[in-house]
Amino acid sequence: MDHQDEPTGRGGVETFDARSPSRRRFLKSMGVSGLAAATAPAWTQIAQASQASPEPVEPQQDGAPAEGEQQITLTVNGQQHVLNVVPNAVLLDVLRLRLGLTGTKKGCDHGQCGACTLHVNGVAVNACLSLAVSHDGDEITTVEGLASGDALHPLQQAFWEHDAYQCGYCTSGQLMSAAAVLNNPDIDSSDAALREALSGNICRCGAYKNILAAVQDARGRMEGSS
Amino acid sequence: MRAFDYSRADSAERAIASHRDGAQASYLAGGTTLLDLVKLDVMQPSRVVDINRLGLDRIETLDDGRVRIGALVTNTALASDERIKRDYAVLSEALMSGATTQLRNKATTAGNVMQRVRCPYFRDGVSACNKREPGSGCAAIGGFNRSVHAVLGTSEHCIAMHPSDMCVAMAAIGATVNVEGPNGSRDIDFLDFHLLPGDDPAREHALEADELITHVTLDAPIGGSRSGYLKLRDRASYQFALASSAVIVAVEGGTIRDARIALGGVGTKPWRAREAEQSLIGQPAGERSFQRAAELALQGAVPYRQNAYKIPLGKQAVVRNLTTLTA
Repeated sequence: MDHQDEPTGRGGVETFDARSPSRRRFLKSMGVSGLAAATAPAWTQIAQASQASPEPVEPQQDGAPAEGEQQITLTVNGQQHVLNVVPNAVLLDVLRLRLGLTGTKKGCDHGQCGACTLHVNGVAVNACLSLAVSHDGDEITTVEGLASGDALHPLQQAFWEHDAYQCGYCTSGQLMSAAAVLNNPDIDSSDAALREALSGNICRCGAYKNILAAVQDARGRMEGSS
Repeated sequence: MRAFDYSRADSAERAIASHRDGAQASYLAGGTTLLDLVKLDVMQPSRVVDINRLGLDRIETLDDGRVRIGALVTNTALASDERIKRDYAVLSEALMSGATTQLRNKATTAGNVMQRVRCPYFRDGVSACNKREPGSGCAAIGGFNRSVHAVLGTSEHCIAMHPSDMCVAMAAIGATVNVEGPNGSRDIDFLDFHLLPGDDPAREHALEADELITHVTLDAPIGGSRSGYLKLRDRASYQFALASSAVIVAVEGGTIRDARIALGGVGTKPWRAREAEQSLIGQPAGERSFQRAAELALQGAVPYRQNAYKIPLGKQAVVRNLTTLTA
C-alpha cells in the first residue's frame, strides 16, 4: 500500500525512436533461434563482446526539431549530445533507448526502487521521474561513466569482490547512489548512516549485507588513494 | 505517459501567464509527485510549466528573524542548511525522515507542500475516490485503511492522511506560504493552506487558479527552545508515518514556558494541536503534563476499521517526543 507495493503504472508509451543500432540490440535481435544455431566460435565472439568495454556512444547531433519536439543539449559521461525530444520523454528512456546507455535500469518507473539512479550535475536522482527536456544543459553521469577506461571504479571493484548482488538488476543504481554518498561529507561513515542514505535502492535479492560491506570497503580504498 | 505541452518559464510572471494559458496546466518543480501521478494517469495535465529556472532556490534570514525559503530549495538543501539544523532542528529531522536520498535531492519545498495523498484508491485510477473523481465515493472508508489513512480531520467523503513530514514541522514552527498569481502576491498562513476534505476532498489547498508558491517563510525561532521530530512507521527508513510528532518546547526551571506541537500520519492535513500546547504552558515538564497534552492532541479522533491503533500511537508520539526533549 505504500512505497514498495506493486506499481500500478500502465505501460509507458514510447513517444520517440531509438535510432542508432547497438551491440545490445544486435545481440537481442539474434534471438533464441539465432543463439541455438550458433556455432562454438560464434559463442566465443559473443562472450568476448560482452566482456569488452562498452563502446563509446557516438555524439548525437540532431537537426532542426520537428513540430512538437524541443532541442536539448545533454552532456552524458563527458560526451555532448544535441537531441530532439518530445515533452513527455523521460530522461531514463532517452538515455536507454536513444543513446543506448542501458546500464541505467528501469525498475518500478515511479521513484520507488532506485534502479534508475544517476547523477545530474553531481547529484543522485531518480531518472524515471525526470523529464529529459527539463535537463537541457545538464551534465549527466550514468554507471557507464563510473569507470576510468578499463580501470573499475573502487565501488565497482568492491562490489565484484564482495559479491554485492545476485541478479544484478539493481546494481547500477546501488553504485550510483553509493558514489554520491561517499562524496557527501554530510553523511557519516557509520553503517547506520550508510543504510539510511542508501535506503532508496531496493535489492529484491536481498544482497544488502554484501552491498554495505562493499561500500564501506570502497570508502577505505578511496580515502587511501586520495 | 500521456502527451502534454511543455514550457520553461524564466520569471514568475511568465510562469503564471503560461499556466493560465493551459486548460489543465501543472507547474513542474522536482517532479517527484507530478511525473509519478501523470504516469498513473491520476494527474492529467495538458501543459507542464517548468519553474526550475526561476531562481527560487535560496534560503534567507529576514531582518525580523524569520527565515524565507525559496520554493525550489530541495529537501536535501533545506535539511542540511546550517541555520535550519541549528534553529529549526525539528524541520531538518522531519525532512531527513521522509522519502529517500534521491527523492529528497529532487523534491522541493513548494512541491512537498503540494504533494498528493498516498491513498491507494486515489492512486489506482479506478476505485471510488472523491479526490480524483468528485462524487464517486470513498473506497478507503470501507476498504484497506491501516497505514495511510487519518483519524483526525476526516469526513464521510475522504479519510486520506496528509503524507508530508516537512509540513508537520512547518505547522509546529508556524509559517507563511508566499504566493504569486494573476492578481499579484499574497500570503497564506501555513495552517490555513491545507484544507480539510469536508464535502469537497478534491479541493486540497487554498491556492487560487494559476497561483504559484514562491516561498515559505518560517516564523522566528523560539528562544531557548529545543525541538525534534519523532516518526513512527512500519520500518526504520523510507516509509510514511503511521504517527509522528513535531515538538518545540522551552523549559525554565522545570516549568514549560512555551510549547508547539503538530502531528503527522494521523490527520488529513498537517495537524497543529493548539489545545495540547496551551495545556502545557506553566506546567511542570513531566509525564502527567505530557499525557494530558497527548489526550488533547488526539481529542476528536475517529478510528476506521484498521487504523484505531493510530490514536494511542499518536499520543505516544507526543509523550515520548516531549519526554526526550525535556530530559
